[in-house]
Amino acid sequence: MTGPTLMTPEMRAEDSKAVFGFFTYLMTDFVLFAALFATYAVLRSGTFGGAAPASVFNAPFALLETLILLSSSFACGLALLAARRENLRNTLLALSATFVLGAAFLALELSEFSRLVASGAGPARSAFLSSYFTLVGTHGLHVALGLIWMSALALSLRMRGFTRGNLRKLALWSLFWHFLDIIWIFIFTIVYLFGII
Amino acid sequence: MNDYFSEIGFWHHETSLRTYLIGFGLSLLLTLCAYVLATRHMLSRGRLIEALLALALAQFFLQAASFLHLRGARASRDRLVVFATAIAIALILVSGSLWIMFDLNQRMMLPPGAGTMMEYMQDQSGI
Amino acid sequence: MTHSMLFGTLSWSVFPTNVVAIGGGVILVGGVLAVAGLATYFRLWKYLWREWLTSLDPKKIGVMYLVVSAVMLARGGADVILMRIQQATSVGAHAGIVSASHFQQLFSAHGSIMIFFVAMGFMFGLINLVLPLLLGTRDVAFPFLNSASFWLFVAGAGLVNLSLIIGDFSTAGWLSYPPLSELAYSPGSGVDYWIWALQIGGIGSLLSGVNFLTTVARLRATGMTWMRMPMFAWTVAGSMSLVAFAFPVLTVTLALLWLDRTLGMHFFTAGGGGNMMMYVNLIWSWGHPEVYILILPAFGVFSEVVACFSGKKLAGYASMVISIWGIVFLSWLVWLHHFFTMGAGADVNAFFGIMTMIIAVPTGVKIFNWLATMYRGRIRFATPMLWFMGFVVLFTLGGVAGVVMAEPPADYQLHNSLFLVAHFHTMIVSGVLFGYFAGITYWFPKIFGFRLDEKLGAAAFWFWTTGFILAFGPLYVLGLMGATRRLDHYAAGLGWQPMFIVAGIGAALVMIGFALQVAQVVRSIRMRETLRDTTGDPWGGRTLEWSVPSPAPEYNFARLPLVHGRDPFWSAKHGGAELWGHEPYEDVRVPKNSSLGVLIGAFALLLGFGAVWHIWWLAALGLLGAVACVFVRAFSENTERTISGERIAHLEAAARRHAALPV
Repeated sequence: MTGPTLMTPEMRAEDSKAVFGFFTYLMTDFVLFAALFATYAVLRSGTFGGAAPASVFNAPFALLETLILLSSSFACGLALLAARRENLRNTLLALSATFVLGAAFLALELSEFSRLVASGAGPARSAFLSSYFTLVGTHGLHVALGLIWMSALALSLRMRGFTRGNLRKLALWSLFWHFLDIIWIFIFTIVYLFGII
Repeated sequence: MNDYFSEIGFWHHETSLRTYLIGFGLSLLLTLCAYVLATRHMLSRGRLIEALLALALAQFFLQAASFLHLRGARASRDRLVVFATAIAIALILVSGSLWIMFDLNQRMMLPPGAGTMMEYMQDQSGI
Repeated sequence: MTHSMLFGTLSWSVFPTNVVAIGGGVILVGGVLAVAGLATYFRLWKYLWREWLTSLDPKKIGVMYLVVSAVMLARGGADVILMRIQQATSVGAHAGIVSASHFQQLFSAHGSIMIFFVAMGFMFGLINLVLPLLLGTRDVAFPFLNSASFWLFVAGAGLVNLSLIIGDFSTAGWLSYPPLSELAYSPGSGVDYWIWALQIGGIGSLLSGVNFLTTVARLRATGMTWMRMPMFAWTVAGSMSLVAFAFPVLTVTLALLWLDRTLGMHFFTAGGGGNMMMYVNLIWSWGHPEVYILILPAFGVFSEVVACFSGKKLAGYASMVISIWGIVFLSWLVWLHHFFTMGAGADVNAFFGIMTMIIAVPTGVKIFNWLATMYRGRIRFATPMLWFMGFVVLFTLGGVAGVVMAEPPADYQLHNSLFLVAHFHTMIVSGVLFGYFAGITYWFPKIFGFRLDEKLGAAAFWFWTTGFILAFGPLYVLGLMGATRRLDHYAAGLGWQPMFIVAGIGAALVMIGFALQVAQVVRSIRMRETLRDTTGDPWGGRTLEWSVPSPAPEYNFARLPLVHGRDPFWSAKHGGAELWGHEPYEDVRVPKNSSLGVLIGAFALLLGFGAVWHIWWLAALGLLGAVACVFVRAFSENTERTISGERIAHLEAAARRHAALPV
């Protein structure tokens, strides 16, 4: 295994470059969400006689989702701290916690979606609901992708241990995961809290 | 401590459990503050929107610093530039779109939520 | 039921029935079969697969980009010929050669193809060819990602061409405004083809943007500080920063339109609370930066070309850099000028109008800097320089027309007129395309080892420029007379026909110019021994790419260069600091070939095709396949191979016998 101490300057530059490139990609994703937020803000009033934000959103439910996602973000940090000490058991443990919390978040979101669809407030009902489902659903898709990525990474960690490649992927994946929580801050505020006031 | 993550400039070498705990704790606090403000209706609507946006921005920068490790360290300087650019463009995009579209709605006198455009188009039987 | 599960909305009626459309399909299928047949006859498949299709060498990927773009240029050019014939003949009682609906497909396909699969393709091709060489490095930041981006681009182009044979292309214009592009008014497969071709190609572009931005930020030669970079690298950085942040907006806009059409949502529909102007707002907040995405690298090419052929260093380096970033910043603040007439208030229109006028200033700075570079220089009018001369005149005129339209009151008159069409073609053809032609001619010897024939190059230039002036001069006038764009028929009494005929003649001259360029390439290949570049420095160049042999070896630089200032090769040639030491050659690691890029493109094509025809199992297969390829690549190890120092020594000794600069 390539331990961290065996890194040549070229390897360091290469992995640092990967972090920069991936971070740049995340920032493009940030602008993607900005476009979705702008769409939501413009179409928010387009309820077309259907459900309005105040009647759709449930504040305590959104708070619960927020707390779960925030905790999973924290657990992801713990995985990195354990990986720094090359403690495989704790890394995998923290990753499992992240996974469970992330999956719970996704389950809550899906239950909310199905509740809305069942009550006749599906995405095709009005512009407001289209933009709501798309904004929150895009975030949910990212979370699902993050969970799949994490599973593959955990598997690779179990099989190969802390190789340089695995450590690099862990760093990149953690950026992705924290980024999703950062996007959620705005969904929580602009969609849910603005929706109920 | 010279670990892989600080060697590649992913985080500052002093990053520790404390960093994450501070990020997590303060985020929790800011979230709960926003929640209480929004549900207790303690402020006027305009003030409330400003306060909630301020809290969200605070949490945004907090998490960027403690979770994305954007803290002005030399290795993350070019990431900071990209970050600042993305924020500037997101701001231009969102505020510009809102300005343009609300100005248009106002001038077209579309009442919010109405299907006026559809009716208008049906009146113009050519379309 | 089973049929719709298996084949979605596909049926026998999707094949074309009218003569012109069948002709197009036959040419396409015949062309593909001819290429495949030739490759089989000459047993080239293995060679193509090993040396080209699966290669991760950016120079080869660049060449493939150029080939695909040139083919798409011919395709988009064929659309032009039909449109020009239609507008020259469809007057009064004469109906012209195509139906109104077919005409709509022609201009929709022409615009989409020329922007996404010609201009973008030439741009990424050129960047791939020379950016690492200019930066003094061996590769782009993420070689595999580069291959995947290219194959996504090919999949998008493939989808456009597929629409020639199976179903129709969009009739809603190159930007498919709703409500026309919504399901209620465009129920066929055309808009879906448009959405998926652009979506797939666009994601490829986005990833390329991140890739090249990282390349410039992280892979410069030792000593090449930001302010020592060649101007082309600066323009690439500016352009790619726009790609990275504008293309996500396109991705969103296309996705929302698709959701409207496929899942019955109401983003841009006339009913359901949707707002079609939000589409226009979103697509132009991508679309305007897109214009500068295309033009900035062309500016970069001209900066290199003018300095080289004037034998002087580029004038006003710092002001060039500042003006690039001025353009990048301002290009985010002008998007509303594409829809002044939608009814926004005077304050909104005034803001965007003023910003549009201001963006002409940094562009003007660049024009003056190029002219200052030429001033008292020893100018050689080689073909790249000819393209520059054509550019500087036409682009300035077209730009001034743009400033006219930046005034909202004037724009109310000119909006959607042929004046506008003439304006943006002046910018895109004489700006972007001429720039890329100059770049291709300039760097051709570095990639292939021999120059392009100058005589045919100059002839092509003259046909292109005169043809262009004849084709678009009348359009400015017609626009002022009230002719609108996308006109498939007009009344005889308007007296427009003579000018449309002149425009048609101009287009024919441009086509001759294009044919001459094809002839130029063929002739140059046959005469390659006389045109051979043995020195590695055929033009008396200034930047690092000319310091290596032509064609540039796979590893670019045998020893990585050390840079001490701007134009490092020029100063090394003239007794300045040496570019590299004399230590023995070291082993070089280069990426191994990978077939996963090709597979990602193939799966993306399946995804797009399945989504267009609602064949959901196929779309799901394509999506899962592409994602699986990404995971396989991410977790595969041993993706590099080594070229030994001895082998490099051997190759260099052979290639550098006539080098301009001794090793």
